[in-house]
This record gives sequence, structure tokens and C-alpha cells, in this order.
Amino acid sequence: MLFLWRAVVGKKIAMAVTGAIMIAFLIGHVAGNLLVFRGAVALDAWSAFLKHNAGVLWAVRAVLFVSVVLHVVAAVQVTLLDRKARPQAYARIQPQAATVASRTMRIGGLLIACFIVVHLMHLTTGTIRPAPFQEARVYDNVVGGFHIWWVALIYVVAMIVIGLHLVHGAWSWLRTLGLSRPKAEPLQRPIAAALAIVIWAGFTAIPLAILFGLVR
Amino acid sequence: MKLVLRVWRQKERGAPGAFSRYEAPDASPDMSFLELLDVINEHLIVSGEQPIAFDHDCREGICGSCGMMIDGVAHGPMKATATCQLHLRHFRDGDEIQVEPWRAAAFPVIKDLVVDRGALDHIIAAGGFVTAQTGSAPDGNAILVPKRAAEEAMDAAACIGCGACIAACPNGSASLFTAAKISHLGLLPQGQPERARRVVAMVAQMDREGFGNCSWHGECEAACPKSISIDTIVRMNRDWLAACIMPKEKSRSEEGG
Repeated sequence: MLFLWRAVVGKKIAMAVTGAIMIAFLIGHVAGNLLVFRGAVALDAWSAFLKHNAGVLWAVRAVLFVSVVLHVVAAVQVTLLDRKARPQAYARIQPQAATVASRTMRIGGLLIACFIVVHLMHLTTGTIRPAPFQEARVYDNVVGGFHIWWVALIYVVAMIVIGLHLVHGAWSWLRTLGLSRPKAEPLQRPIAAALAIVIWAGFTAIPLAILFGLVR
Repeated sequence: MKLVLRVWRQKERGAPGAFSRYEAPDASPDMSFLELLDVINEHLIVSGEQPIAFDHDCREGICGSCGMMIDGVAHGPMKATATCQLHLRHFRDGDEIQVEPWRAAAFPVIKDLVVDRGALDHIIAAGGFVTAQTGSAPDGNAILVPKRAAEEAMDAAACIGCGACIAACPNGSASLFTAAKISHLGLLPQGQPERARRVVAMVAQMDREGFGNCSWHGECEAACPKSISIDTIVRMNRDWLAACIMPKEKSRSEEGG
């Protein structure tokens, strides 16, 4: 595998594979989270089920951890490479095809990395406690946290950043791996855009519903 | 029409450069952009100044010499054309136009708007060819080419090596150029024996030349005077991955089987 990593294309392939793993995780994560709308029993049961299968849970966590590390290391390396590839910037440049999504992948990725740390410390370990935190009381922890407006705001903003990252990432990973079929308009990405919107909407609905008292 | 150009002037490789302002008070809308530079140069020569150096040859969009950034767009505001095919009617009277050379570490400026695109030659030399026997021309239909392969290969073969894809890429990546060459040869039956070896060698050379990575902004496709699709990069990545993780395929194709 090391010879793959040495090539720039190989690093991008690593980013594509790990990105796809993280997208798959997000789909499962948002589906599980939406159980909050079915009440405390459903959500806490889902959490208990995951904790009960500790082997699988830790295997998934390990795969995700390795994915994040590889994704970030490759991203940093290619960013440094790109800086070296154009030491002198243009005095004037007018993008013709690049999207907001494609041009914010780096800053967005950095923000997402920060958010993941905050999010894990908030709802997984309970290190950051804007509201009382009780082990295994997922529903109460979520509802308690999102009742605070600035906690909800952080999550809502983070989901916009993640959604934008997905608009580009959910489309480009297939291209990097060489799996896309030739198209007349290769820059069109209806499926990736739809997937990004579904994931963004699912995650965003929860803090908003709690903040506005629809879930209590 | 009156146009004002702000042109990058640089004496030689490695020398510091700066923008200089030139007025063209009586430009014709029917002039090409290169003719405008010719007119400005005539004035410069008469007044004893150094004319603006720029690459040009065929002036009909097929040689790939005349690339430059015009107002922050590679080859200027018209789609699917080279700088020589850009006419002044696409500008408004009184416009101020910024003209810059391609900017990339692998494309050092030689003088003014002229850059050294030798890095592209090195990529071609690494594998952008087919090893064919010389001699008399083969019979036209001796090797049958499927229609779709012929068309896609020709679309990729339209690449004139102008370097606009690299110039326009926010990452300074040469992926579209390299992918066009790999697609052009890799789609045709004559390109099959060396297909795996070619993609590995050309991609490695691209890295050695110091180009950036492809992150699918799509700027290259928009800048390409031949509208070469970024789908060629999908094919390059697929071929590269196949060549790297399936050595069996590699050896078989190298034997010509």
C-alpha cells in the first residue's frame, strides 16, 4: 500500500476511500439520530444496542479513527504540495467552474475536524457539559444540550459546513476512484447534492426541533 | 475602440517582474488579441522600448503556443478558444485588461508572457507514445477501432498542450493534460500493449515536475480551448489504480497479449 501513498494520485485515492467510509458512517449516524423523534425509549434503546455490541462498536470506531487520520494527513500533504506548485499567485483570477463547495473543502475540513472533537467531548464523553450529562441517557443529554441556543447554533452551523463538504466530496470520491461513467456534463452532481441535502436536513432538524420545543 | 492593458513585464527567468500599463487608443473590434499586442509592440519598438514577449505560432488555435491569463481567465473570456482566436469585440470600449503569464512552479517565466512548458514534454517523454514498427504505412483497416473508442480518443487527442488547464487549476495540477494523453492512447487498440506502463510512468513524471493535485474544481475543463472533459481524469485514475493493484494485468498487457 505504501507505493500507492507515495504518488499524489494515491493520496487522493486514500482520501476518496476514507471519505466514502465517513459518508457511509454519516448515513447510519443520521438514521440513528432521527430516533430522537420517536422518543426517549427508542433513542436510548438504540444507544444501548450499540454499547451492547462493544466489539463491533469499537471496530467501527477504529475504522473511523484511521479514516479521519488518513484523510487529514493526505489533505495536509496535498495542500502543501499545491502551495509549492504555484509559488506566485495571480494578480487577478476569475474562477469559471469551481463551486463554493469545492473552494471551501480545506477550510471546511479544518472546521469539521474541530467540530468532531467538540461533538465527541459534548455527547460521547461528556467532558464539555453545557447541560447536565448522564451516562446512557442519550435522549436527555441531547435534549438538555440543544435547549441552550448557542449549543444548537454550533451544531446548525457545523451541519452547513458538513453539508457543503459533502456536496463536493460525495461527488468527487467516485471520480478520484475512477468509478464515474463519462457524462455530457461531468460537473453536474444531482445524486451527491441530494445526498448532502438529506444528511444536512436530518442532522439539522434535531437541534432546531429541540430548540423550538417540538421535541422535549 | 480604446483599450488599456496592464501587462506583466519580466526581463528574464528568475528576475523580478511587474505590471506595466499600455494604452491602445484606436484598436479595432475585429482585431485578435494577439494583433492588439502586435500593435502595442510596434509602438514600443518605435519608441525604443522592449516589445512585449509572447508565444505565438499558428494563430488559428491548433498549435497551443499562445496561452496567457487575460483578466484572470486562461485564454480570455471566450469559451473553447485559444488566445489567438479571441477578438476584441468581446471587450467593451475603455476596458482595462490584466494580462499575466501562466503561473506554476513547473512553468517558469522566461520573459514577459512566455513560460517554459518543457515539463509537459517530460510527461510525454515518460510514456505518451506508442511503440510502433516503422516502415510503410499499415493498411487502413488492418486494426479495427470501435466507433465509441475512436470518438473518445479523438476528443482527448484534441489537446494542443497549451497548459491552460494547469494555469487555470487552483492547485496547479497537470491532471487534465496528462489524462488527455493517457485517454487518447489508452482508448485505441494501438495503445494497449503499453497502457499500464504508460499511465504509471506519466503520473509519476507529473509528480516529479512539481504539479499540484486534482481536487475536481473543474477549472481545467472550463479553461481548455479544446473543451477536453474531466472524465479523462476519471479514466486516468482508473487505469493508474488498475495498473498499481493488478500487476497481473500489467505484465499481460506488457507482453501484448
